[in-house]
Amino acid sequence: MEQLNSNKLTTSKLFILTGVVLIATGMLFGLTGALQYLVPSFIKQYVSFEKIRPLHVSSVVFWIIFAAIGSVLTYLQEYTGKKIYSPLLLKIQFCIFAFTVLIILISYFFGVFGGREYWEFHPLLALPIAISWILFIINFLKSIGSFKNIPVYVWMWLTGLFFFLFTYMESYLWLFPYFRNNVINDMTVQWKSYGSMVGSWNMLIYGCSIFLMEKISGSKKYSHAPIAFVLYFTGLFNLMFNWGHHIYTLPTYSFVKHISYAVSMTELFILGRIIWQWKSSVSTARKHYHHAAYRFLVAADIWIFLTLLLAIAMSIPAINVFTHGTHITVAHTMGATIGINTFLLLAFTFDILQNSCVSINKSLKWINSGYYTANISLFVFWISLIIAGILKAKWQMNDAKIPFATMMLQLRPYFILFFISGIALITGLYFIIFPLLKNQTICYYRKVIKKGATKQQKDFSLYAID
Amino acid sequence: MGFLSYSFFLYTKLPIQTSEVNKDADAGKLIWQKYNCNACHQVYGLGGYLGPDLTNVYSTRGSKYIQAFLKTGTGAMPQFNLTETETSMLLAFLKTTDASGKSDPKTFIRNYDGTIEQ
Repeated sequence: MEQLNSNKLTTSKLFILTGVVLIATGMLFGLTGALQYLVPSFIKQYVSFEKIRPLHVSSVVFWIIFAAIGSVLTYLQEYTGKKIYSPLLLKIQFCIFAFTVLIILISYFFGVFGGREYWEFHPLLALPIAISWILFIINFLKSIGSFKNIPVYVWMWLTGLFFFLFTYMESYLWLFPYFRNNVINDMTVQWKSYGSMVGSWNMLIYGCSIFLMEKISGSKKYSHAPIAFVLYFTGLFNLMFNWGHHIYTLPTYSFVKHISYAVSMTELFILGRIIWQWKSSVSTARKHYHHAAYRFLVAADIWIFLTLLLAIAMSIPAINVFTHGTHITVAHTMGATIGINTFLLLAFTFDILQNSCVSINKSLKWINSGYYTANISLFVFWISLIIAGILKAKWQMNDAKIPFATMMLQLRPYFILFFISGIALITGLYFIIFPLLKNQTICYYRKVIKKGATKQQKDFSLYAID
Repeated sequence: MGFLSYSFFLYTKLPIQTSEVNKDADAGKLIWQKYNCNACHQVYGLGGYLGPDLTNVYSTRGSKYIQAFLKTGTGAMPQFNLTETETSMLLAFLKTTDASGKSDPKTFIRNYDGTIEQ
């Protein structure tokens, strides 16, 4: 059985480890891109910005997807108490996905594009990803067993699974000239799919976080409680209808914007609940603070609050006019992908990978330093982007415009701050992920050395604690 | 069901109903994607922020200006060595994009209920 606490290196864990390698690489691409903001000619002849940006974005997006798949699969087996329906199907899913991502990253290096923003790779490469996702859905549905009285996190996983497939296919409607031959039509459908797609992978991640919280607390009450379902439906409602806030300035249907504006405001309910529960969250955090995984959940909670505050403000069209097209949008994305998604995924990663043949406790000093460095530097990183965004917004709304290049020079001090805090952020995150990768590698090589041992000995040598 | 109906409505009744197809502009959009112009430039404020928004560059700067940039590149922008045909298709795409509306945030009226109008 592929259990969470099993020491066996399963395919689910391989998904997470591949994700960890992707974020480690993706951050280096990000740092290179940030440096090109300061020194535009930096390695321009080899990897110019139009290559670096997709390398960074795709690596990080695939980290989120890989780690989310691995976490869902591990927790699904914990939930059912049974092995996954088809380990072979899972291996095929992994091989197709991992190989395609590798081809995608290599193709970017050679400047082979053809897709659109966020999925810049050649559209042919979209097919294996969709196939691999379908295999994921089949394995999930066959493994789940009964649908009677299922907890909220299983509903969230199901929602994430189906909506990702739907929105992913929708994001390729541009292949039909009917959808792409007018820029307004094309962008309306593009951002409809992208807006909901982010919501779909958030469903996978938030579902896992509820599972993990219950696991740590030992209580299974929340996942069946009415409030959990109210919050789930609020999230689902936003996933389906709030995507219009990306395109308030696009001359598309007005009702798309009005629906989005109204639906986005329901997020105030989630914000209100966070504030309402603040005190009890703090006392729960104190109780479980010794738990490495829980600490990442706490960090994500703080980032949910900050990001949601910014997101709600940006969902008001009259404010969005100022923030749209500025680095405030980037700050929001960074808060969501690093502060929320990455910290939550790291919580699952620690929970799932901590039981290797080497105890993670040996590296706690590094992990603690990394945790605080990453959080503090992310805050500076976030603030520098917001300030750069405010200055750009001021430039955009100014009648007597100075040239674009001059405005970019004025933002330079904040780009420097962004770059320096980016280095600190990467260092912090490396301190966190390096011990995990090191431990898994040590265990792998121990297995190779003891190849001649009996099966029982092999299992022990691979995974038993020193 | 609501989501599917909403999606179906948008697919079948796209915001801009037109039977006119500009083949050059359509090919230009694929050139835009082939060279990943969106990594640095925005259309209607969406895209990368290293370069300026190009929604209305055709009317504000003119085709000669765009051609010069495409030919020489800049400090940050590489020389893409586009062929004549690719350049003219990309220009057709930028021309139709320009004609689709205004992206300048200054042109929006902000109402007290938080909505905007152009």
